[in-house]
Amino acid sequence: MPIQYYIALAVTLFCIGVLGVLIRRNAIIIFMCIEMMLNAANLLLVAFSKTHAALPNNPLAGIDGQLFVFFVMVVAAAEVSVGLAIIVMMYRNTHSVDINFLNRLKN
Amino acid sequence: MGINTILFSVLSVLTIFCAIMVIASKNPVHSVLWLVATFFTISGHYILLNAQFLAIVNIIVYAGAIMVLFLFVIMLMNLNSNTEQRKNLWMKLAGIVSAGMLLWILISAVRTYTEQLGKQKLNATFNTGNIGLIKNLGSVLFTQYAFPFEICSVLFLSAMVGAVVIGKKQ
Repeated sequence: MPIQYYIALAVTLFCIGVLGVLIRRNAIIIFMCIEMMLNAANLLLVAFSKTHAALPNNPLAGIDGQLFVFFVMVVAAAEVSVGLAIIVMMYRNTHSVDINFLNRLKN
Repeated sequence: MGINTILFSVLSVLTIFCAIMVIASKNPVHSVLWLVATFFTISGHYILLNAQFLAIVNIIVYAGAIMVLFLFVIMLMNLNSNTEQRKNLWMKLAGIVSAGMLLWILISAVRTYTEQLGKQKLNATFNTGNIGLIKNLGSVLFTQYAFPFEICSVLFLSAMVGAVVIGKKQ
């Protein structure tokens, strides 16, 4: 499959994530859209790693891309744990997860 | 048109549809379930590219652990009703226009790149190569990338401490 189809798919997925961040106000759904953008980048990394897989002198060419996907997943897991703790704390203070009420945190 | 092309097309359409349903559904629980479906289709893409380790890890870590965490928080807060207030229509329109323009610019960049590539083709190979197998990934991870791997454990430790400190009651 030519690589530009994968680029187009990943770009579309990323833009859907951006759209979700822009138009939704629920903090949890915004967080889920960020996960979707991370997954678009992961898909592109895997596709490009397979693009360079056919080099004759180096059978492991492109393995770095898949390892970077692994590290992105690690960072995403850590990010989700801290982010959901922050959202729970925010819910405890304001009894809502609407991001328009976040300015109440300054008191 | 081979079976791989058909599989790629079907999986792509399913991925885009599930991703749109994530931001279109009113109920947060439905959003989480559609996002799980999106992750499953992305895992299908990984299997098609012969990245088997990443496909399994994507299902176990993302669909299994992270999404259950999201679902747990939503259930804990009792948010599974559509209590989201109506947003200003102009704000929504502005969001759609900006995301659409970003998509337009990126797709045009891809098209220009394709035209400049001309006859020369860069293909993502299906079902060949063994760099996605756990043996090769593991050997590179524990030799060349051993130091970042250890740094990840520190990152997880700090994230765990941070989550406990933020989440505990004052």
